[in-house]
Amino acid sequence: MAATTAAEAAPGRRPAGRRGRLAPYLLVLPGWLWLAVFFVAPIASVVSMSLMTGSLTAGFTFTFETANYTRALGLYWEQILRSLAYGGLATLLCIALGYPVAYWIAFHGGAYKSTYLLLVLLPFFVSFVLRTVSWGFILADNGIVLGTLKDLGVLPGDAGVLNSAPAVVFGLAYNFLPFMVLPIYAVLERMDHRVVEAAHDLYAGRLQAFARVVLPMSLPGVFAGVIMTFIPTSADYVNATILGGTHNTMVGKVIETQYLVNNAYPLAAAITVVLMAVLLAGIFAYARALGTEQVMEVQAG
Amino acid sequence: MTPRPHPARAALARGLTRRRVSRRTALGLTGLSAAGLALSACGVQGQGGNQPAAEDFWAGKESNGRLDFANWPLYMDPGKPELAAFTEETGIRVDYDEAIQDNPTFFGKIQPMLAQGEPIGYDLIVLTNGIELTKLIELGYLAPLDHDRLPNFAENAGRIYKHTAYDSGNRHTVPYASGITGIAYNPDYVDREITAIADLWDPAFEGKVGMMADPQELANFGLLRIGVAPADSTEEDWAAAADALEEQRDLGLVRRYYSQDYIQPLSSGDIWMSMAWSGDIFQQNAEQGTNLRFVVPEEGGTLWSDNMMIPYTAPNPVDAIMLMDFLYDAEVAADLTEYITYIPPVPRARDILARRAEEAEGEERELLEQVVGSPLVFPSEADYDKLHNYVSVTTENEESFSPLFLAVSQS
Repeated sequence: MAATTAAEAAPGRRPAGRRGRLAPYLLVLPGWLWLAVFFVAPIASVVSMSLMTGSLTAGFTFTFETANYTRALGLYWEQILRSLAYGGLATLLCIALGYPVAYWIAFHGGAYKSTYLLLVLLPFFVSFVLRTVSWGFILADNGIVLGTLKDLGVLPGDAGVLNSAPAVVFGLAYNFLPFMVLPIYAVLERMDHRVVEAAHDLYAGRLQAFARVVLPMSLPGVFAGVIMTFIPTSADYVNATILGGTHNTMVGKVIETQYLVNNAYPLAAAITVVLMAVLLAGIFAYARALGTEQVMEVQAG
Repeated sequence: MTPRPHPARAALARGLTRRRVSRRTALGLTGLSAAGLALSACGVQGQGGNQPAAEDFWAGKESNGRLDFANWPLYMDPGKPELAAFTEETGIRVDYDEAIQDNPTFFGKIQPMLAQGEPIGYDLIVLTNGIELTKLIELGYLAPLDHDRLPNFAENAGRIYKHTAYDSGNRHTVPYASGITGIAYNPDYVDREITAIADLWDPAFEGKVGMMADPQELANFGLLRIGVAPADSTEEDWAAAADALEEQRDLGLVRRYYSQDYIQPLSSGDIWMSMAWSGDIFQQNAEQGTNLRFVVPEEGGTLWSDNMMIPYTAPNPVDAIMLMDFLYDAEVAADLTEYITYIPPVPRARDILARRAEEAEGEERELLEQVVGSPLVFPSEADYDKLHNYVSVTTENEESFSPLFLAVSQS
């Protein structure tokens, strides 16, 4: 049946001409359009907004107002730096917790690999905000964790975790852990186990084999994981709002407030652009440090 | 008579999705509408105040036999007996929609349509006094009210609700329900009586104080702390109030600036005292059996109102203003209060509820007596004397106001 269809279709087929050469471009067109509409246009509009002046009542006009940027940096440098610091710490915590998990699933998961992966992803079946709020209950001063430890005399009565920087970093790491586990797992899973055996044959101990063979080969996965956790954690404001206290505000919250509460669109846009620029610069510096080849590898992978 | 839903159960349902639950919320989709606004803002034109006179607006307008009413979630008995009574009396059908989750988001949703002069899909909406409401008035987006059509309001509304700072003379709005911002504390942890805003600055409560994140609420308490009535405050007072609040924060007193979620930590002891809304505390005590205390501080508290208003593009304004006035019927206002347990703008509702309590029996009677006897639902004259209006933030002075207090809460 399939053969006859192909035979019937054959006479109608044209030799590869102009249309043939255009085909790849036409195929990629929807992708470019998508990027233009949902990536280029919003960014262009945010950048142009960040150079405007005005108010909601008076209207906004484009005046090439670079003062928005000096204001954004002058007023909120602390929140911007803090966001990067929290995001960086959460990312490190994710590597420390996520790498062993990915390693164990990839090398020791056996027949149950997909079950373990499902367990890693399971928290995503509950809303992000709800999960974060739940930590508020769990970590309450007299809640199930601290309350029990206090009753046992392990902690002093006035100990508290909530509304502090560690609570925010912990919340960020918790919420974005799967984004670190999955890319590392993907790389480790594809790794040829014979190279590890070869390392052992060459008298490498388990540690040496890991440090000189497995770890370098898994770095592209770590790189992808870092991008997927560092960017969203630095821009996140839900964790800081729910689990943070005073002096824990992250820049995402500032942007949200400037848009919604103050309707100061140009200032909010300027902070957004600064944050994007800082993150991009950081990612490029990081890519350069790790070597661009590995970055390409990640993109290809 | 249709069976009335049990007040406690209704209040419980409301408590679970607390009416103010998403006010100024940090969460959810609010950011999206802001992004949308920002996108469309590239060509945003200024909207000058084009305020038609009441006679011009109402001339030639007639009842169309229906209207769309947008309100906050659980801000009316789910059976809508009040609306059924309205339809029975006037023949006007009401489509009721719990469309308003918080002020900024709803404002963001309707502003572009109003700027285009288009109907927003609702003839009657409810917003809190505050920056968004002030903007709606200043931008000329609200229909001027024809008080000849509001006889019940003239007769039944309490004096204080006719002289609000944000809309004096009720030119564009009439209150739907009100509440007090005061101090709530948990007597399980605080072993003395809390009476004043100064107590929120007491170093004995280090790390155990909750304040509100909302710039206006926070500013009010800062101003009262330094002895200035919010409604009369100047820009210098704002700076001084912000200094006082920063001092409180940097002494380590404040645990967190809460949007609306202070009740849980207050009940469980994470914080011992907090700025609080009266209705929240009444509901929490009634439903969860907690023993939280609410006080109007010596220095004063603030009275806020959720207000009914008609967008100037509404297709059915006559029907909307008729419903507005109907809700000021004392019996109807009493019905509403029984369910929502916030302060009605109709003082006579109390006598009516007291009479109903006498006629009722058992648990129903107990609950009604609780509502009638509560200073949170019916504040005493002495309490009212201590209640202040909000700082009047306009589009002109907003830029010098909000950043001051956001710098306090978003450190």
